[in-house]
Formats: sequence, C-alpha cells, structure tokens
Amino acid sequence: MADSAAPMGATSPTKAGDVTKRDFLKLTTTAFAVVTVGAIAWPFIRTLAPAADVLALASTDVDIDPIAEGMAITVMWRGKPVFVRHRTAAEIEAARAPVPNLPDPQEDADRVQRPEWLVVLGICTHLGCVPLGQRPADQRGEFGGWFCPCHGSHYDTSGRIRRGPAPRNLDVPEYTFTSDTSIRIG
Amino acid sequence: MAIGLHDSSFKNPVIRWVDQRLPVFTMIQKEYGTFPTPRNFNYFWNFGALAMINLMVMIATGVFLAMHYTAHIDYAFDSVERIMRDVEYGWLLRYAHMNGAHLFFAIVFIHIWRGMYYGSYKAPRELLWILGVVIFILMMATAFMGYVLPWGQMSFWGATVITNLFSAIPFIGPEIVTYLWGGFSVDNPTLNRFFSLHFLLPFVIVGVVFLHVAALHITGSNNPLGIEPKGPQDTLPFHPYYTAKDSVGVVAYLGVFALLIFFFPTALGHADNFIPANPLVTPEHIVPEWYFLAFYAILRAVPDKLGGVILMFGAIAVLFVLPWLDTSKVRSMRFRPLARISFLIFTVNFLVLTWVGAMPADGIYVTIAQISTIIYFAYFLVVLPALGKLERPLPLPESISQAVLGHRATMGGGPIPGAATAKPMEKA
Ligand code: HEM
Ligand code: FES
Repeated sequence: MADSAAPMGATSPTKAGDVTKRDFLKLTTTAFAVVTVGAIAWPFIRTLAPAADVLALASTDVDIDPIAEGMAITVMWRGKPVFVRHRTAAEIEAARAPVPNLPDPQEDADRVQRPEWLVVLGICTHLGCVPLGQRPADQRGEFGGWFCPCHGSHYDTSGRIRRGPAPRNLDVPEYTFTSDTSIRIG
Repeated sequence: MAIGLHDSSFKNPVIRWVDQRLPVFTMIQKEYGTFPTPRNFNYFWNFGALAMINLMVMIATGVFLAMHYTAHIDYAFDSVERIMRDVEYGWLLRYAHMNGAHLFFAIVFIHIWRGMYYGSYKAPRELLWILGVVIFILMMATAFMGYVLPWGQMSFWGATVITNLFSAIPFIGPEIVTYLWGGFSVDNPTLNRFFSLHFLLPFVIVGVVFLHVAALHITGSNNPLGIEPKGPQDTLPFHPYYTAKDSVGVVAYLGVFALLIFFFPTALGHADNFIPANPLVTPEHIVPEWYFLAFYAILRAVPDKLGGVILMFGAIAVLFVLPWLDTSKVRSMRFRPLARISFLIFTVNFLVLTWVGAMPADGIYVTIAQISTIIYFAYFLVVLPALGKLERPLPLPESISQAVLGHRATMGGGPIPGAATAKPMEKA
C-alpha cells in the first residue's frame, strides 16, 4: 500500500511495510466501533435471560408422607414438573440390576438419596414433553418407568433412558430431605 | 423543467407536481405498467402476486386482533375467546388470520414448486431465489410464534418441542434455550417475547419481499419455457395483460378463502388447541400445523437428537444452494425428460413426508419417514448434480414468440403479427 504514489497529508513518503498514521486511525476506530456495538448489544441480550423474579422461584417444599408405595406425584418447580416416585422393592431391584450399554451410563445409587424415593424432572430430555407413567393407568413403556409419547422414548425405574431418541437420563434436580416425610427441591 | 426536478411524463397537474419531486408514479408506471413481461405465463405465475396480497391480509387482520389480545399466560386464552364471542366481527378477523396463514403457506409452497419446476432459481435469478428462501424461513418463524399466542395445548407443547430443538446444539444449546424462554420452561416471558416478535417479523418480511421484487425487476421474470425473451415480440406490458390475468387468480383465491372462513374455519387446525395450555399434561399426540409436517417427519426419522435437528434444518438450508446443485443449463423441466420425472417423484415424496409427519412415530411410519428423507436429500445432492451431466435435453424453441405462435412466427422472418398486436400498448 505504501507503494502507491499518492502522498498522505503531512506524513513523509513511507517505505513498503510501514504502518501509516491512517492505518492506525482505521484500526483504532474499528476497534472502538466493535466494542461500542458489543456494549450496546449486551443489555439487549441480557434482557432475554431469566429475570430476578423468575430466578426467585427457586425452591419448593413437598410433603411426601401421603405417597403410598408404588405411587407417584407431580409437583411444580420453576415452572417444570418434578416426578416424585415411591418405588416398590421390585422397582428398586429392576433399577439396580446391571444393564450393559446404557445410552447414558449411570448407577441407580448415584441417582437417588434414599432407594425408595426417586426424584426426577418430568421433562423428556429429547424435546421436553412430559412422559407418561405417573398415574396407575398410564403406559409406562417397556422398562416400567416412563414412556414419552411425543417421539417414543422409554425410561426405566431409575428414570434412565433405555430406548428412543432422548439422549440423556431424566435429570435429577437438587433436593434435600428436610425430614423423613418431606423434601425441599432446589 | 426546472433544474433538479424529475422529468415526469404525467399530465395531471397534481400527479405531475408530486412526480417531479418524488417519482413514485413514474416508478409504478415503469415497474407495473409498461414492465415487459414474457407473453407465455401460465397460472402458476399468479402465486407471487397472491402471496403479496395474502401478506397484506395477514398484517391487516393481525394489527386489529392485537388491539384485543392480551399477552399473558393467565389471560391469553380468554382474550382470544373474547375476540371470538364478544368483539364485533372478532370471529371474522380471527378466522381470516388463522385460515390466511394456511392459505399463505399453500400459496408459497406452490410458488416455490413453480420455481423448482421451471428452473427459476438458475442464473441470473440466484439471489432472487435466495431472498425467496429467506422469506420462507421468516414466514415459518412468524407462523410458529403466532401459533403460540392463543395459549392452547398445542400452542404450549409446540413451543416446548420446537424451542427444545436448540438444546441439541453442543455446549451452548441449553443456555440458548434458557434465553429463548426467559426462564426455565415455556412461560409468561416466552409468551411476551413471542408476541413482540410475531408483530415485528411480518414487517421484516415486507422488507425482504421488496428486495425480492426489486431483484425480479432487474432480471425480469422467468417463464414456462425457461428461455429469455429476445425482444418486444416475446413480451407484453404488465398492464393490462397481467393485471388482468392476476385478477382472475385473485377472484379464485378469494373464493377459496371465503369457503375456508365461512364453512370450514377450523378444518385445518387441531382440536387440542381449543384446550387451555397445561404444562403438566402433554397431549397424546403432538402434531405441528400441516405446513411443518414434512420437516417434522425428517426430524423424527433420525433416531439421534442432534442428527435429527441438523437434517431438519438442512432440508430447508439446501434450498439456498439449489442454484449451484442443479448443473443443467436448461431451466424449464419441459425440456428435461429425466429431471422432470425425478421432480415429480420428489413432489410425491414431499407429500408422503407431510402425511407421515402426522402419524405416530413408531413402527412402519419411522421406516417410511427414513426412506422419504433419503429421497428428499438424494434429489438435491445426487440426482440434480448428476442429471446436468447425464441428461440429454430436448431441443429448445428458438424464441418465446415462435413457440407460442407456432409457424406464423417462422414465416418471413420480419416483424411478426404477434408483435404488431402488442405494439399499441407499448407506448413507453
Ligand atoms: C411472502 C412471500 C412471497 C411473496 C410475497 C413473493 C412475491 C413474488 C412476486 C410478486 C413475484 C413475481 C410474480 C411471480 O413470478 O409469481 C415473485 C417471483 C419469484 N419468487 Fe417470490 N414471493 C414470496 C416468496 C417466495 C419464496 C418463498 C420463494 C422461493 C423459495 C420465491 C421465489 C421466487 C422466484 C424464484 C421468483 C421469480 C420467478 C419467476 O419469475 O419465474 N418467492 N415472488
Ligand atoms: S420429547 Fe420425549 S421423545 Fe421427543
């Protein structure tokens, strides 16, 4: 560029490879423009994130005393359904039996705090439908846990994905036993 | 003419005064009056104008619906029912908007089909075609978000499934979905932003349609023969020839529209959307609106989440590069015997995809969807690139006028009778 004959303002003729004042100005101006655009865009983008009141709905207390063995309830937490299932001995045994080739390998023991209580998000990890299996009359799929009717995902009694398009096991939310008969989710 | 004023040819003093300062009348005259248009259009060339009218119908009905609609999860469903029952002619506006969307997609599908059959995407109309695909994508986004607004069961679960598609993106997917929702599930913040965007996007579409038509008026229209007009004997002025032909289409369009609104207003919709949204119960069988079904079928054909999402978006994105995948120089499939058969198979296959997209996602239906998905992509990625090399096209006619007027055009070689009839109109 410095070869082009036209002299530039007050700068003396430059040799090839030299950085001119104009190059410097172009670069700094561009850099400032980019930073400015980013700084202006940032608050716009942040408005799309969950707001403080949405984040404030963080935890939910659940009384699990009335849930008989073999039954399950659905509670809302952060606008999402959470499945709380009181598992039978047979269900626990099925969940603990070794399974080769799980799509998302995980031990049942790592998914529960007390073996008889399974707490999972009731949201299919495929595209977010609520799987069937909470009510006694529901279809529970081939592995006795849940069945997602949207695109046919089968979950077992540990909430692990066994067959279908869902990539992950049902998520286990953060929760604690506040007493023997109640849990706090979140 | 005073210095700095446009040289207007209009005689009416008021029109002339405006035109000299802002030559909109000259522009309308040039682009829609005398605009030289191939003389051999068939009725497939009505659908661009119909799409434009439909877009205006959507905007007009939508703006008035928005005056009564409440974008809040507790009131949205009821506010729509109020429009249906209490607002004077509210039912008419809503049914027009709802069925207008169905018709809009039907029209644009035919419009795209026309472009694919007659090779309208080929040079020099590649950018015109690409702008069309952009419009198509914007339309799908708009329709998707509009369908969420009544906050019925299908609104909610459709929104859930479609926004979750983005969670398939590696690493940042879940974060993107949270930003789409403004929370941890489809909820009030989601409804609010979808309303805002559903209001905005149609006006963006208007902008892109303007560019689409501007590009069309640079290259000129293609035509059923796919050969360029060689002179005035091959064209007609847009007005009155094609204003008249388009009017015929408009009357038929309004007839179909009225039939839908007044006799089958809910035939194309889904009954579940008359049940208020319930985040705890997924409907037995989630189906998108019919115009998304083919792409939905491709999504479900793949047993892998990310793979399904990629193929589904790929099915639309492949349209962007269609001008370069089709290697044949011949535009119209009338002269491409093999491509023509392939495209008819592609068309039937697209209908199969649409049908299978509404079926349950198991057993034989998955197999059908997989075969159809392969055919869909094979047409673009294998058949079209190969046929351009292998196929021997039929001989092209010498000119549009020769093909249209037959032997009369070949006699003498001088000015042909057809040109003479066109003459008086060509005052420009
Ligand atoms: C809101 C939607 C649309 C509107 C209002 C619109 C409008 C128009 C109009 C008025 C024309 C000229 C008349 C005609 O040839 O029919 C046209 C031509 C064309 N459109 Fe569109 N269009 C839309 C969507 C699309 C889409 C989605 C595509 C393709 C993906 C597309 C591709 C084309 C092409 C290739 C032409 C030139 C065709 C030719 O001259 O043969 N358009 N459009
Ligand atoms: S959302 Fe459950 S299988 Fe697709």
